[in-house]
Amino acid sequence: MDVDRLHRRRRRWKERLMTVLIYLSVLVALLPLFSILIYVAIKGIGALNWDFFVRLPGPVGDPHAGMANAIVGTLELLLVAAAVGLPIGILAGIYLAEFGGHGLFSNSVRFLADVLSGVPSIVIGIFAYALMVLPVKHFSGWSGGVALGIMMIPVVTRTTEELIRMVPRSLREAGLALGVPRWRVTVSIVLRTAAGGLTTGAMLALARVAGETAPLLFTAFGNRYWHRSLNEPVAALTLQIYQYAISAFEDWQRQAWGAAFVLIIMVLILNILARLGTRSKFSTQQE
Amino acid sequence: MSAQAGAVAAVEETCGSPGLPDGAAVDSTAITDPVMEVKSLNAWYGSFQSLHNICMRVARQRVTALIGPSGCGKSTFIRCLNRMHEMAPGARAAGQVLLEGEDIYDPQVDPVAVRRAVGMVFQKPNPFPAYSIFENVAAGLTLARVGRRFYRSQLAEVVERSLRQAALWDEVKDRLRQPATTLSGGQQQRLCIARALAVEPKVLLMDEPAAALDPISTLKIEELILSLKEQRTIVIVTHNMQQAARIADYTAFMLMGELIEFGPTAQVFTTPRDKRCEDYITGRFG
Repeated sequence: MDVDRLHRRRRRWKERLMTVLIYLSVLVALLPLFSILIYVAIKGIGALNWDFFVRLPGPVGDPHAGMANAIVGTLELLLVAAAVGLPIGILAGIYLAEFGGHGLFSNSVRFLADVLSGVPSIVIGIFAYALMVLPVKHFSGWSGGVALGIMMIPVVTRTTEELIRMVPRSLREAGLALGVPRWRVTVSIVLRTAAGGLTTGAMLALARVAGETAPLLFTAFGNRYWHRSLNEPVAALTLQIYQYAISAFEDWQRQAWGAAFVLIIMVLILNILARLGTRSKFSTQQE
Repeated sequence: MSAQAGAVAAVEETCGSPGLPDGAAVDSTAITDPVMEVKSLNAWYGSFQSLHNICMRVARQRVTALIGPSGCGKSTFIRCLNRMHEMAPGARAAGQVLLEGEDIYDPQVDPVAVRRAVGMVFQKPNPFPAYSIFENVAAGLTLARVGRRFYRSQLAEVVERSLRQAALWDEVKDRLRQPATTLSGGQQQRLCIARALAVEPKVLLMDEPAAALDPISTLKIEELILSLKEQRTIVIVTHNMQQAARIADYTAFMLMGELIEFGPTAQVFTTPRDKRCEDYITGRFG
């Protein structure tokens, strides 16, 4: 009787201890995240004003200098990246999930995708440099966008494969049993069922490459003026941050904080859009 | 290839000779105008043979029930009737299945066309979650008939007719735009039946359509099956022998991949000719 009670008390005490430990771990995990966000916000908001969004970079000390070209440049680079990375990644993911099975070829593709996602981003930059900058002998927005797109491919491929695998087999069978051709089952039933998740995956992949600097260093290169086309060097927020942050001038450093804050907000918006994508009217969940 | 040819020859022998010991109990030649005729059908999963030399006729506008213990090949058998069996990895089938006299396993035949003529309802309701109720029922038309466009009014007509046939129209007519997943399990299963009916199949295969449902929904499905057979032929797999007795005109008993007994339901249940069938029906095993 007594022993029993003692046991129970000890068990309850352990339970409380573990609960406290778990909450503490969450706090420790969140602390760096929130301190970064808050620190960048405090340092960055001060540098932001209307000029920051509509004017070009100026000389040191120019109170009206902005980063309009870098904001637009980053958006354009992301568009090119999406145009390169999403179709290739999604089609490869569909192949792996629906048609490839687990043969030697499919498993090699999976393995290479995993390796590619671990390749340092600067190496991908060098690849794009060799592929698209050296032959034409000038930096370009195109090469930067392609470098980012290549970085997206493995991520998009693997998430697409996972998401498509989550679509229950019974739905494919239902489609086939109706006399729907296999390709149509894939496009109209499987892809449509997974559409919400695919949108999320695409947004998250974009958000991930939005913050890349290294692949752009010798591809998009950066530009202090407006680019007339993506055939020229193009400014990007990350490049601008890099350049200004290592400069010796206090107001450039301040602007780098401002650019960092803007970049974080852009990534945040992409993440929120990704969330909205999963919360569509027709959920992918089946009871 | 030679194994297949050998199997076909062997079946033609067994199918046509009532002199064999098992011949009498599975003889379905009394059905003179069958919609489907299965001749010496064999099926495999990898190296495991799950169907052995099945010969059976399917009577027109009747309900044929397949009964037997788990793993006896009932599901494999009906999946062979619309060439769904071969979609599983490593699965293959050999033999003949005649649909209105035409062999659906002929190399010239497109399996997609077979599945349009022989519809299927599965054990677990599987409406398309990304589609509304309306789109689910119309799916067979909008997705399958590539190259043919349907006017909304045409589609609406087919959807209403199919839902009425599936006894679901009154429950969903005001919410056709809602996702199919908002329906209850029993309603979802009737929706799947409506979806299968919309393409007007000659034969409807049902793989334990009520196994995942409560008794009231089960009753509705059974009533539905009885009303459907006025126009269509139904082959149903069931674990529930009372269900087979209630709704089936013919009953086939299978065991370990073989057809053991076939006949009019009353006869199979009251005077089974094969000892194993009698043991199963009286509850001695299974």
